[in-house]
Amino acid sequence: MAVPVAFFALFFAYPVAAIVGRGLKVDGVWQFGRIGEVLTRPDIRDVLWFTTWQALASTALTMLIALPGAYVFARFDFPGKQLLRAVVTVPFVLPTVVVGTAFLALLGRGGFLDELWGVRLDTTVWAILLAHVFFNYAVVVRTVGGLWSQLDPRQEEAARVLGAGRFAAWRRVTLPALAPAVAAAALMVFLFTFTSFGVVQILGGPGYSTLEVEIYRQTAQLLALPTAAVLTLVQFAAVGAILAVHAWTVRRRETALKLVDPAQTARRPRGAGQWALLCGVLLTVLVLILLPLGVLVERSLDTPGGHGFDFYRALRSADAGGGTFLVPPLEAIWNSTQYALVATVIALVIGGLAAAALTRRAGRLVRGFDALLMLPLGVSAVTVGFGFLITLDKPPLDLRTSWILVPLAQALVGVPFVVRTMLPVLRAVDGRLREAAAVLGASPLRAWREVDLPLVRRALLVAAGFAFAVSLGEFGATVFIARPDRPTLPVAVARLLGRAGELNYGQAMALSTILMVVCALSLLLLERIRTDRSGEF
Amino acid sequence: MSTTRRTKQLAATAVAAALGVTALAGCGSSDKSDSGSGSTKSSGSKTVTLVSHDSFNASKDVLKEFTEETGYTVKVLKSGDAGVALNQEILTKGSPRGDVFFGVDNTLLSRALDSGLFTPYEAKGLDQVAAGTQLDAEHRVTPVDTGDICVNYDKKYFADKKLAPPQSFDDLAKPEYKNLLVTENAGTSSPGLGFLLGTVASYGEKGYQDYWKKLKSNGVKVVDGWEQAYNEEFSGSAGGKKAKADRPLVVSYASSPPVEVLYAKPQPAEAPTGVATGTCFRQIEFAGLLNGAKNEAGGKALLDFLISKKFQEDMPLNMFVNPVTKSAELPELFTKFGVTVDKPTTVAPDKISKNREQWVQSWSSLVVK
Repeated sequence: MAVPVAFFALFFAYPVAAIVGRGLKVDGVWQFGRIGEVLTRPDIRDVLWFTTWQALASTALTMLIALPGAYVFARFDFPGKQLLRAVVTVPFVLPTVVVGTAFLALLGRGGFLDELWGVRLDTTVWAILLAHVFFNYAVVVRTVGGLWSQLDPRQEEAARVLGAGRFAAWRRVTLPALAPAVAAAALMVFLFTFTSFGVVQILGGPGYSTLEVEIYRQTAQLLALPTAAVLTLVQFAAVGAILAVHAWTVRRRETALKLVDPAQTARRPRGAGQWALLCGVLLTVLVLILLPLGVLVERSLDTPGGHGFDFYRALRSADAGGGTFLVPPLEAIWNSTQYALVATVIALVIGGLAAAALTRRAGRLVRGFDALLMLPLGVSAVTVGFGFLITLDKPPLDLRTSWILVPLAQALVGVPFVVRTMLPVLRAVDGRLREAAAVLGASPLRAWREVDLPLVRRALLVAAGFAFAVSLGEFGATVFIARPDRPTLPVAVARLLGRAGELNYGQAMALSTILMVVCALSLLLLERIRTDRSGEF
Repeated sequence: MSTTRRTKQLAATAVAAALGVTALAGCGSSDKSDSGSGSTKSSGSKTVTLVSHDSFNASKDVLKEFTEETGYTVKVLKSGDAGVALNQEILTKGSPRGDVFFGVDNTLLSRALDSGLFTPYEAKGLDQVAAGTQLDAEHRVTPVDTGDICVNYDKKYFADKKLAPPQSFDDLAKPEYKNLLVTENAGTSSPGLGFLLGTVASYGEKGYQDYWKKLKSNGVKVVDGWEQAYNEEFSGSAGGKKAKADRPLVVSYASSPPVEVLYAKPQPAEAPTGVATGTCFRQIEFAGLLNGAKNEAGGKALLDFLISKKFQEDMPLNMFVNPVTKSAELPELFTKFGVTVDKPTTVAPDKISKNREQWVQSWSSLVVK
């Protein structure tokens, strides 16, 4: 408990409080009157309204499209399932600049929809909503599907034997068990879409602005700290409200679930209905996720002399005519991987400890801490980044130019994922098993190792995968302290896209493709890590 | 507190052990500050730190040359685009992350000077620098380069249509160029702002709004940033061709056509894009010695070096900007494929800083909403 609290106090609460304080304090006097001033501005009101409704709509749409996907991934076996599960997570880590490009190819002029039906959705709200689904599909499939695949189908079968109808059995047995995970997924999606930045900018055009965009503009572009501080507080309040609603809906019934090995629950689809569902989900994934990604791959191979790997070869040299990089762009892969590994370890340690603490204890204080852990998702990267600048500037903590700042900032975003993925599973571990182990003479550590670990290992891996993927594609924090000799992948892509010339564009596409592959591979690897113990429950 | 530090060390060690590495792979410069402490060494150090925006680039050889001449090694920190990088410096005023800041342009100059960010220093060789670029009499900043924000056109499109490309702001509002121009959001993008300022300079503070109304009814498209405008919407760029873009006019830089040539394989005989020279806004970029710099002597040496012939001649091919030092010669790529902009528009820095927000807001409500 102490470690995560200290971590959050130092690397989140303190910097954010400092930057907000600087905006609201004039000569040591708090100017709370400013809050009213800012909130009554019509332009700010528009921003707040748009932010809220697009987030609600995006969340609803994402749940609608992704929940069947979660079911299919949890309950059915089909060839290429693991690969596909890794691939659907890829959008989550791609820099938005790249996603924008891919999505325009789907929705924009001469895009897929345009060719088929003459529909153009770019610069409409639909483009924003669909892109949000594209981004967050994996959040639902992984958090909900991860638990769903471990629920014992025999419980539902038992209910059927006792005379419940198919729907009633599902409603009384499966749904209550799933509810916390569904709520958690919806909450995450809402948070992400509420604080959406790049998607809104690129696909919506300058006509749309969310709170996050406005905070960035006020802080980074205009240095209007008072306005930014008020908006940050508004975002805090909103995120706080979301978390409160979440707590109220779930009511935290800590039911002990009987979790089983997912390998036992998934089977081949049977009957026309199930096949139709499977095909429907696969088609959705194909159009919504694989197609935009495919566009990137195609463009990275589309060289002036026909299709080939020229752009990939160009990535190996540091100096393709100019000096965009001091090192070959290819090295960015290695840099990104290093940062992401460190960030993942930090996030797992902090998040794991926090989740364990939250499982063991109950009470108001703990619930508050739970909410605190979610806050980084609801605070803009620019607020945290600028907060770092004015707080971590004195030895021994002058981290402003240190490499560790990158993984730290990335871990801040990763921790909530780890906690969200671990908690439902940890809470589902039957406490009596631990007691039994203790009675049989196991030390607490050994009891944890023998009882909890095998049960939560899978959740731990899913959490690690998430944290790693998030860090890999993280762009906000790395921009602040990108050392030119150590560019990360997203930074390198952005730099290449920021220049004219065919070679640069092609290399950007090639590097994005590599980013996708690296991400998909690391996720696949995590899915594969199975010790022979986990199959033994 | 101590626990977090320990956790971090543990985490870092675990990863390092797992990977069997400790420092960077294949990093040429033996950068010893990667120990995680991150604190730059105190005064008398042999490292001078340059803080800049993402577009800063210098070739390795030139930086090596500087080290040989002065004994100082340059460490570069980049953070975000020009506006963001500057604001970060203003925020950390008094305990800067480096010694020299490069990348304040004339649209942001007043904000930087008013915030007292820089220590005055008259760089050696300033007499060789074009007088028109020296905007601060107190020498708090030193001009380093100039660049022009201009409308670029897709040569092929206009040749196919047998239509003369536009040359001036007036032309852009004519019916034959309807629905052809794409520009950037003046509120968030620096070329977008430059183009807006160019129209303010041409039509005055009263007239620019009428001009934009005309542009709007002539179908100007506004997207968020340069990357999107150039790579997605402009038919003359590689990305645009692949995206079947349909806008042959884009707000970009005068140096974009030479860049198109440089990054094409094989190199074409002429640039695929041209510049409408009557639509340009002049940007001047400055560098300055940061207040509270840990290594002031090194910072001064670096400023001298930034306007030396050597650096100035290296710069165009790394940052695609023009030198300010009179004796510096342009590379062949620029003389052969570039254009000279005779009469770029410009607006005085203090006027920009006074009115910028208001101009951008009225522009937004006219064009974007």
